[in-house]
Amino acid sequence: MSTLTGCIQSLGLLGPGLADWSAARAVLNGEVAHVAARTVLPLPGVLPPAERRRAGRVIKLALAVGAEALAHARSHGALDERALATVFTSSGGDGDNCHEICLSLASHERLISPTRFHNSVHNAAAGYWGIAYGCTEASTSLCAGDASFGAGLLEALAQLACGAPAVLLLAYDADYPPPLYAQRRIADAFGIALLLTPPAAGSALPRLQVSLSDAPAATLDDAGLESLRASIPAARSLPLLERLAQRRAGTVVLDYLDTVRLAVEVHS
Amino acid sequence: MTPLQLTHFTATSCLGRGLTATLAALEAAHSGLAPCHFETAELQTYIGEVADVDAVRLPQPLQYFDCRNNRLAQLGLMQDGFDLAVHAAVERLGARRVGVFLGTSTSGILTTEIAYRHRDPLTGALPGNFDYRGSHNSFSVADYVSRRFGLTGPAVTVCTACSSSAKVFAAAQRMLAADQIDAAIVGGVDSLCLTTLYGFHSLQLSSPQPCRPFDLARDGLSIGEAAAFALLERAPATLDPEAILLLGAGESSDAYHMSSPHPEGSGARSAMQRALADARLAPEDVDYINLHGTGTPSNDSAESCAVTALFGTATPCSSTKGATGHALGAAGALEAVICALALKVGLMPGGLNLRQRDPKLALNYLTGNQHAPLRHVLSNSFGFGGANCALLLGRAG
Repeated sequence: MSTLTGCIQSLGLLGPGLADWSAARAVLNGEVAHVAARTVLPLPGVLPPAERRRAGRVIKLALAVGAEALAHARSHGALDERALATVFTSSGGDGDNCHEICLSLASHERLISPTRFHNSVHNAAAGYWGIAYGCTEASTSLCAGDASFGAGLLEALAQLACGAPAVLLLAYDADYPPPLYAQRRIADAFGIALLLTPPAAGSALPRLQVSLSDAPAATLDDAGLESLRASIPAARSLPLLERLAQRRAGTVVLDYLDTVRLAVEVHS
Repeated sequence: MTPLQLTHFTATSCLGRGLTATLAALEAAHSGLAPCHFETAELQTYIGEVADVDAVRLPQPLQYFDCRNNRLAQLGLMQDGFDLAVHAAVERLGARRVGVFLGTSTSGILTTEIAYRHRDPLTGALPGNFDYRGSHNSFSVADYVSRRFGLTGPAVTVCTACSSSAKVFAAAQRMLAADQIDAAIVGGVDSLCLTTLYGFHSLQLSSPQPCRPFDLARDGLSIGEAAAFALLERAPATLDPEAILLLGAGESSDAYHMSSPHPEGSGARSAMQRALADARLAPEDVDYINLHGTGTPSNDSAESCAVTALFGTATPCSSTKGATGHALGAAGALEAVICALALKVGLMPGGLNLRQRDPKLALNYLTGNQHAPLRHVLSNSFGFGGANCALLLGRAG
């Protein structure tokens, strides 16, 4: 079986106590201790005012990490985000919006606002992204529960294998309100964006080779970071990000489905 | 793309269980739409409900997946020997080499909607038997199907609203091309729930009558439900002439509005163009187009613009949603299976419920069944958020 490969052009990250990729990199390579703090979601300035007002937490989160990855990529050269393929992946979409719809449907009136309804689709973040950047390239939105990061990584790398010149992978999960929280214990928002390109000879960029594996998933030494990894599906990416932050080559196994994990060989 | 074979396929919708019932209904120009009496909904609209979903039981060890959506999935898998075909493929190829790619829009959210009515009056907690992961979560249907067949390879739900289960064909094709799997269970399962019934009502997109795609007086869609599956495998060198192939897939985004299509259908056109390019075919090679054709004023007008811009006004087209309703996240797979049937027997199903053509929609819209040998057909699916997908299917000979 062949492996899937891709280079990481740039990253965006936002999570509890991790304000962006450079802050996360300093934590993950041990320069700075991780200090737990609630994720602060910026207003998506890239959206037109009407859409900005309608954007809920997951949309803000996805747009924030995507924008950071784009900004880093632009600093290295030209990038046409209108023609950039995107893979959105999330374990559950917008919990707040879903809660409000279910409350309304349990009430006598059953009034759902049109905005609530169109924001309820799992691909809402992708729709807002397309509007924000005028991006008409193919976009998909995936869900594989706790395995959503792995599913997104496989899809993005398969797109590269099939000839896509670049793919932006956005994995994100935001907290669920009660009473759903009792069954979906995601306590805060975490998002990661990876701009992936096909492997190029002589490139200095970190290169990934991914294959299905039966080995157990890697964990993190820091208890706070490990708790994020274990509790937020998008943070299942953290052992890979740790390696990238430390510029350390080698293989790291990421959690994926109950029945299979992803072995990621990092060449830096 | 390298053509892939749909070695087995099946569909269950309001037209009936399995291919024989589906084809018989299409041949008879029968609609499965009926006035909405679903659950506790009080809406003046028509729906395409699958009969007796509530009577379906899931296999014992997988009871935590119990919900309307997974019952519908189970019902669909049991038709046309599809489950046996999957078991045989797993036996032949191995549990890790068969992937699962399913589309849904609302999964088992009906279970959550009902659970919210039974919250604890003091604490607000949901009832103890509520299982979010097994029902509500979008992955639950792909997870269920993967576990039901004991698979250990990639499994994912594609969730791009009404194009979800068209896009699964493209996702599976990539994983086959990248040699991560040797076969894929693709399909769509979406079931009736209050979120979509009341949601489309709030957008004033659901019709109080049976939907009338491409009619001058069309005033909205009729929500349906369906489970449709195909087993996708690399095509062998020699094929039976009746073999059905996936020849191309095209995906695009509108970048226009969350719930309205681009008025000229620019994203729709680009998806169709890409499907043609992927299949290395020209517009004149396409014998029939199964339209997205929801019956909302804006969809049909945008789609008509897109189709005529690319194909002119001669290519026969129709929407089968007057018969099945709009199965939302299952529509792409349901209509891909209808296209496979069309190719197999040479049937172009006429669109139902049309009384007076909209003169502004210039395409060659069929209002009655036509029989002719078909070689290539196109199936369109467009979703909220501007997620478009067109599939090109063909016969081997």
